[in-house]
Amino acid sequence: MRVKVALFATCLTDTFFPSTARAVVRLLERLGCSVEFPLDQTCCGQMHFNTGYREQAKPLARKYTDVFQGYDYVVAPSGSCAGMVREIHPTLGTAPPRTFELAEFLVDVLGVTDVGAWFPHRVTYHPTCHSLRMLGVGDKPLALLRAVKGLDLVELPDSTHCCGFGGTFAVKNAETSTAMLADKMRCVLDTGAEVLSAGDNSCLMHIGGGLSRLRAGVRPVHLAEILASTEEDPWRATP
Amino acid sequence: MARNPVTWLGSPTFPKAAKAALNDTQLRQNLRKATGTIRERRAAAVTEMTDWEQLRVAGEQIKNDVLARLDTLLVELEESVTARGGVVHWARDAEEANLIVLGLCREENANEVVKVKSMATAEIGLNEALEAGGVHAIETDLAELIVQLGNDRPSHILVPAIHRNRSEIREIFQRRMGVEVSDEPADLAEAARVYLREKFLTTKVAISGANFAVADTGSIVVLESEGNGRMCLTLPETLITVMGIEKLVPTWQDLEVFLQLLPRSSTAERMNPYTSVWTGVTPGDGPQKFHLVLIDNGRTATLRDSVGRQALRCIRCSACLNVCPVYERTGGQSYGSVYPGPIGAILTPQLVGDMHDPQAASLPYASSLCGACFEVCPVRIDIPSVLTHLRAEAVEAKGRTAESVAMAAAAWIFAEASRYEKAQKAGSLARFLAKDGRITSLPWPGSKWTSSRDVPAPPAESFRAWWRKNRG
Repeated sequence: MRVKVALFATCLTDTFFPSTARAVVRLLERLGCSVEFPLDQTCCGQMHFNTGYREQAKPLARKYTDVFQGYDYVVAPSGSCAGMVREIHPTLGTAPPRTFELAEFLVDVLGVTDVGAWFPHRVTYHPTCHSLRMLGVGDKPLALLRAVKGLDLVELPDSTHCCGFGGTFAVKNAETSTAMLADKMRCVLDTGAEVLSAGDNSCLMHIGGGLSRLRAGVRPVHLAEILASTEEDPWRATP
Repeated sequence: MARNPVTWLGSPTFPKAAKAALNDTQLRQNLRKATGTIRERRAAAVTEMTDWEQLRVAGEQIKNDVLARLDTLLVELEESVTARGGVVHWARDAEEANLIVLGLCREENANEVVKVKSMATAEIGLNEALEAGGVHAIETDLAELIVQLGNDRPSHILVPAIHRNRSEIREIFQRRMGVEVSDEPADLAEAARVYLREKFLTTKVAISGANFAVADTGSIVVLESEGNGRMCLTLPETLITVMGIEKLVPTWQDLEVFLQLLPRSSTAERMNPYTSVWTGVTPGDGPQKFHLVLIDNGRTATLRDSVGRQALRCIRCSACLNVCPVYERTGGQSYGSVYPGPIGAILTPQLVGDMHDPQAASLPYASSLCGACFEVCPVRIDIPSVLTHLRAEAVEAKGRTAESVAMAAAAWIFAEASRYEKAQKAGSLARFLAKDGRITSLPWPGSKWTSSRDVPAPPAESFRAWWRKNRG
């Protein structure tokens, strides 16, 4: 029986990184899932909640539950948004449907680590804070990456240290955020990787934005896009 | 009501203070080295404990029990201490506590006192209050002495001079002690020892804080690593202990949990080097007069908040400071309080008790919410949850701001997918600002982002537009 999945693209990925959401669709369909994208979805409310606008996050949490009610599984290409739904929504008075970050859905629910991907690049992986500490995703993303054909995985030094994004922290405390970013970029560059991967486009936008400013020659690529890439249909950099 | 000295008068908000601190390359280097070392050592000391998680849960539960029964346990403590010959004083705030301590020093005709390192006395600004009253307080903890002699402020709960390296310390000692000394740690410690020894032997009054007070026995417990505390606690004739009302444990047996949790979390030691315990007064042994000053200073108000009160479980180990990526870069003084780091970001504003104070209201935002603090906290204070809770209070206190208007607009847009799509389409036009697929400069507040980071050009087609076209 085909596993029915609803994709929660997250507002950031939907708007800025559509290639990630398309990769999730392609990947999950290749693994035998049927994927739906409820068009009524918007945002999980994390920005509001984390910045102190708790009351405004509440209707967004309710909306999330309304939109995704009835699906067996909701999958999001974001540890941070999945964490918001799973850990915070219940404190806002809603009971959200079962929501997974992509790597944990693949490993825990579908039970696969080798997704048949091909990605002939030198890659390092940054485990984002919320996937690590809120969801406990652990080394599942690394297990997935290790099984990718052609991929040269290099360990990121001090990988568990925060990159300094932190949502509105990145602008409210821009200088401190930048200081944290500098150290993260140093670690990324130390690996000699050409691709920096993570399970959150928000952190990747931050680190990638810094690397781009420095013309550092490292490209941020979401985990989903690496896993979706195959020899027949390889990943291509979208402008 | 007098201003709570838990924050330093005139301190800028956190982002402003941090901006200045981030430019101090020596500070950055000192902190990177110190926190990096202690982080690794703590991790090793904790990993070897197979029951660490159970201990954390036990610590959390004992402290929750204390907070739930604080009213009766405090009375029990007062009775136990009094029965053993001690005198208990109650202080509502810093001003009251300082007056009590100054009065006690005057009763003893003391114009000099020795001090054991204590957060409670730093919180209430006791040294400054005593000085104004003609009593000079001498800090005997090495790091605290460095701060005092350097006319500096503390930057860490456990190691208040963590922002100084040994050559800076050497300079302070040479200047203030008038001695020639190398920058070898052993030589610096020896210089401090010589400087302090005479004070220990001649000073009649000592002032300490307390790590724990046992309600049923009336025993006070101080943990330290240098032995200076033991000197202060045993040699003088009069001992005055200043303690926050939350520092209680119900019974002697409860110490078992905390004497395992605290040393490993704070100094990464398996066992604490100097653990001093005293109960009231023992005739012919140690100080013959003992005063316990219990301070509230915002704690009862903090206890009223069902989310925020967990900050009162804190045992001042500093583990959260040492793992915090913000603290590591900005240092402790940026927090404008004796309580820096993640715990300071939630404890200080609550003790101040006024989110209209812009400095206090900026502290809960001094975090990327990465959660490293919660992971190491020995009493499981969920610091990220308290941070967002206090941010909500800060937002409420501020009322209508440019940010609140923008947030309300965003919430309105997100409320309906159709509005959200329209905004997406409008925002997508920003792609025409891009060169080579990136936007390098945006007007305020976007400039806060583009000051150090590019923005990817928004794609011509959102995912939902693609889905509608291909799958809808």
